[in-house]
Amino acid sequence: MESSKQAKLTTLRDAIATHVADGATVAMEGFTHLIPFAAGHEIIRQGQSDLTLVRMTPDVIYDQMIGVGSARKLVFSWGGNPGVGSLHRFRDAVEHGHPHPLELEEHSHAGMAARYTAGASGLPFAILRGYVGTDLAKHADMATIACPFTGEELAAVPALSPDITIIHAQQADRSGNVGMWGITGVQKEAALAATTTIVTVEEVVDELTPRGPNHVVLPSWTLAAIAPVPGGAHPSYAMGYSRRDNAFYTRWDRISRDRDVFRDWVEEHILGTEDHASYMESIDRGAGHV
Amino acid sequence: MFEVQPTLPSYSSDEMMTVTAARFLSDRQVCFVGIGLPSEAANLARLSHAPNVVLIYESGTIGTKPDVLPLSIGDGELAEKAEFVVGVPEVFAYWLQGGRIDLGFLSAAQIDRYGNLNSTVVGGYEEPKVRLPGAGGAPEIATSAGEVIIMLRHSERAFVPSVDFVTSVGFGRGGEGRPERAGRGPTVVITDLGVLRPDQSSNELTLVATHPGVSLEDVRVKTGWELAIAPDLAITEPPTDGELEILRDLKARTIVAHGG
Repeated sequence: MESSKQAKLTTLRDAIATHVADGATVAMEGFTHLIPFAAGHEIIRQGQSDLTLVRMTPDVIYDQMIGVGSARKLVFSWGGNPGVGSLHRFRDAVEHGHPHPLELEEHSHAGMAARYTAGASGLPFAILRGYVGTDLAKHADMATIACPFTGEELAAVPALSPDITIIHAQQADRSGNVGMWGITGVQKEAALAATTTIVTVEEVVDELTPRGPNHVVLPSWTLAAIAPVPGGAHPSYAMGYSRRDNAFYTRWDRISRDRDVFRDWVEEHILGTEDHASYMESIDRGAGHV
Repeated sequence: MFEVQPTLPSYSSDEMMTVTAARFLSDRQVCFVGIGLPSEAANLARLSHAPNVVLIYESGTIGTKPDVLPLSIGDGELAEKAEFVVGVPEVFAYWLQGGRIDLGFLSAAQIDRYGNLNSTVVGGYEEPKVRLPGAGGAPEIATSAGEVIIMLRHSERAFVPSVDFVTSVGFGRGGEGRPERAGRGPTVVITDLGVLRPDQSSNELTLVATHPGVSLEDVRVKTGWELAIAPDLAITEPPTDGELEILRDLKARTIVAHGG
């Protein structure tokens, strides 16, 4: 172990270029709240491919990455557009192999949460009372194990230890400690389970000042890089900074349903913008007519 | 028993469904809630006869009292109005698996006569006709909650003789019963046409009530198996003016909050 590590304060472009390689296993977490969309867009711009993408809820962020062909494999537990319906690029990949076949590794939420917890705990697997009586047990990477004390049969699922975890948080202080609050999902576990963790933040502050419940702190020495990206969760949100763009999630249904409309949208708003600030400008311009 | 009115009802079939489900919640129960109709029903119960019901969403928001219905499971409203918020591993490990949940709500794309649910695929797993979102929290809600209320609109596509995939277990494919150490499982299925409950001995879902104006034939046509009918088949009480007013106010506030 290196000593006195500290997260590097850098740009998102530099963080992604430095840490995300072709073929990597990447977890980009955020349970509806604090989804690191700007980082997903930057990976699309830089074109890393053959990725194993890990996320409990693939959401629109992975629909976009799957649609452009970034992913070889998806590890997940619920693949819908929350409150809207299907993820059409995900479905097109699974149902028709477009733009190329997508390998699936599928679990339940409880299983994924347990897997990250095992990864963060340095254990090879997690146990839970799960998957009972389901067909998921036949397809998920799981086994049953007998409790050595009571003999109860339990589900065992392998630890998740991503090469890179990327999350979005509200704040970092000048030493690189990160603070997030509100719905924090599995981000703490995903960050501590990974070899390398990148965090995009709304702002850098002198002192972490939570403005909501459930304040979670990740110390600087557990993180590799921090990039300030205001609004970096859009169309997801950051409690205390922005509201969820529910209208965008609804519009996404139409954009993603058709391969050409999707491709044009990516060309205009992701590949046609140089960073997140210009993405936000292009979205504001396009909101009325997409 | 109420008298069947010859006029068209002044409420929709979804409202009937939501009101019926809300009535199954009692005060002070601890309830694990999903988005959509379950969330409507649970909040209607909280705003009417069950003010102390504890609502938990899988995003980790515990004891939440949203003023408007969330569009997603992780809307800011749920965190802002929660008694407290925890991480997702904790909500599944301590609160659900730990046995703290009295009642879970589930829905699905398909259900069979033994209350097994499919929200994973239509067709084969390797080459699906329709790839559905998948399990989410459902498999463990189905086994770890004290009991399960299922809400699902009636159709032949949904009420199938055999589900293509068991995402969440009811009484097993052959109706053999509940897994060891699991909760009671589905105790009631509420649809837009009526109410079904598992038979005490066979575990088979049995129609116990139809909603006002719905005929037995309507239900049979939309059920993909030979439907068992309770001998004392009832008619659901229609929504009261009070229930409809609270539900409609809630939905109107929601539309304003989400910008139409």
